[in-house]
Amino acid sequence: MSVLVDKNTKLIVQGITGKEGSFHALGCRDYGTNVVGGVTPGKEGQSVEGIPVFNTVQAAVDATGANATMIFVPPPFAADAIFEASEAGIELIVCITEGIPVLDMVKIKRYIRGHGRGRLIGPNCPGIITPGAAKIGIMPGHIHIPGPVGVVSRSGTLTYEVVGQLTALGIGQSTCIGIGGDPVNGTNFIDALKLFNEDKQTKAICMIGEIGGSAEEDAAAYIKANVKKPVVGFIAGQTAPPGRRMGHAGAIISGGKGTAEEKMKVMAECGITVCKSPADLGETIKSALDKASSRAKTKGYPKAKDRAKGSSKDKIKGKVKAKAPSSIKTGGRAKPTRRGR
Amino acid sequence: MKIHEYQAKEILEKFKVPVPKGRVVADVADVKAVVDELGLPVVVKAQIHAGGRGKGGGVKVAKTLEAAQEAFKSIHGMNLITHQTSPEGQKVRTVLVEEGMNIAKELYIGIVLDRETDRVCFMASEEGGMEIEEVAAKTPEKIMKEWVDPVLGLMPAQARKLAFFLNLPPEAMRDAVGFLLNLYKAFIAKDCSLAEINPLVLTAENKILALDCKMNFDDNALFRQKDVVEYRDLAEEEELEIEASKYSLNYIKLDGSIGCMVNGAGLAMATMDIIKISGGEPANFLDVGGGASEEQIENAFKIILADSSVKGIFINIFGGILRCDRLANGVVNAARKINVSVPVVIRMEGTNVAEGKKILKESGFNFILADNMRDGAEKAVAAVGAAG
Repeated sequence: MSVLVDKNTKLIVQGITGKEGSFHALGCRDYGTNVVGGVTPGKEGQSVEGIPVFNTVQAAVDATGANATMIFVPPPFAADAIFEASEAGIELIVCITEGIPVLDMVKIKRYIRGHGRGRLIGPNCPGIITPGAAKIGIMPGHIHIPGPVGVVSRSGTLTYEVVGQLTALGIGQSTCIGIGGDPVNGTNFIDALKLFNEDKQTKAICMIGEIGGSAEEDAAAYIKANVKKPVVGFIAGQTAPPGRRMGHAGAIISGGKGTAEEKMKVMAECGITVCKSPADLGETIKSALDKASSRAKTKGYPKAKDRAKGSSKDKIKGKVKAKAPSSIKTGGRAKPTRRGR
Repeated sequence: MKIHEYQAKEILEKFKVPVPKGRVVADVADVKAVVDELGLPVVVKAQIHAGGRGKGGGVKVAKTLEAAQEAFKSIHGMNLITHQTSPEGQKVRTVLVEEGMNIAKELYIGIVLDRETDRVCFMASEEGGMEIEEVAAKTPEKIMKEWVDPVLGLMPAQARKLAFFLNLPPEAMRDAVGFLLNLYKAFIAKDCSLAEINPLVLTAENKILALDCKMNFDDNALFRQKDVVEYRDLAEEEELEIEASKYSLNYIKLDGSIGCMVNGAGLAMATMDIIKISGGEPANFLDVGGGASEEQIENAFKIILADSSVKGIFINIFGGILRCDRLANGVVNAARKINVSVPVVIRMEGTNVAEGKKILKESGFNFILADNMRDGAEKAVAAVGAAG
């Protein structure tokens, strides 16, 4: 098992005739992803190394039965590309594009939420990979191996770093999801955690956050209340100055909120094993896995698939029915007096 | 991107959001003409991007022409130090002179993007003139939030709700609603990431005005905001950061001695963190981009070495799809062109690592090679310690 992407995924690539689009379309196909088509308006009838190109997403879906898309459309047109994919009924929309205006994303997110059509991953993300099965994204496939760790991250190359550490230790990954570095994204930590929590192959979860916003704090509260598998976390930007956008549009400490220190504190309080150093992530996940499996064994759970359940009964992190810590509720710029949503 | 108060007020005026009459004054000789035009009293205000100007002595009320001229002289050219500037302060190059207001009440209105709800959010408070973060921490019940549906925009009912929360008199209600609706229009039309009216004032004549205005803009949207880009004031920015932005490098100067060159924002932040954990101090944040091309590496060397406090460089590249032999050639060629004089520690990962390392070893440069991130950070800290 894995989440969201597997051998049955039928992928199209929006912006396939561009330099990036064609390069990564072929990269995905080489990895084993079933790439069934591409979309570039006005170029229907052409092909990219045997991959047929269509004018619209709808035409591509009608002809190929595609259920997933990977978007490389430039920032001014990317929100439109996401809309088109959602309109055409694509289930999984992975937007790689970096630099989309945030107000465009606010509108698109509202649209997707309102219609409930399609799951968006990204934008400004490396994509998603199920090692050994398929990938939708720009990550280097060869550093991944199949295994028990689910990885969810706001960062691209930092995820590769962690995956590299895991693979070097012989620990594989169930699925790695890059949720992207923008302030408004389609899939957040909680969405990804839900999927990993329900996935039988995933025995431990690695969550890589960074400064800015309160998504990590919200995720920590969710983990405390719902996740029975060991979670190891890291926050990038412990040395970042306030008020500066650290590369990612979403990585900014504003009004004293969104610091690494605060996030790490809340995560630790919620039972997540927090690494201070990014170099320790691989080893820490390894020991979390070892601990979970040895506890499962001593408690007499013979089958691997029951281990996750077993560990929850062992109260690995001493979980109680969770209430969000007060620090989370005031995680925004100011505490609301009324919810106007 | 940030702009000055007087520029933000120019934008507000275009959207029919009332602001006090004011003029930017460049020379003390021009103060008289402006005072004649606006009448007394006037307010003389330093224009820098940092907040907290009043407390730092950058805002003065003048009841006579002489006092206005004195205020101008003391503010123009001063090094204004506030809690938001560097300890050395920011030189005041621009001064705004505005008509004085007969203030009955000072209020607060802010618009931000709320990342929890993925919506634009209004914040209102009667605690005008105070830092909103402080109000939020101490008396959160004094702040009201109103979230805007991006399809509908701010609805008049929401604007009324905010206005009633601010306890405005019935006579001012109509103006207040118009003010808020137009402010929202400006926020959306200009792709703001933040708009803060602090204070929003109610005058003794029941007029509503933006006495101060801070506007920040979404960098991702600047491609469609050409007039906003023209407001950019390079004098308010770090020189090296301006240089770096020309090469489309993401660079932020810090105070340490170890220059960092990394691909990807998250890994770049993590590299700064591990330098600190290893006992060193990062000199900068620098993301050379996912590709890390030879040209970008060359530019990155230039920028990092232009900072005289850099005593060593740590290059941390997770190549992934990028081949390490190509990367190594890029580093060597760039180093040859630039004449790199400080120790350089290189950690790289990806395909063809062995070939890449061989190229670096045989380059004739004394590159220090590292096997992983921790090793690299420790070697960089040691190299800088030995050099210093």
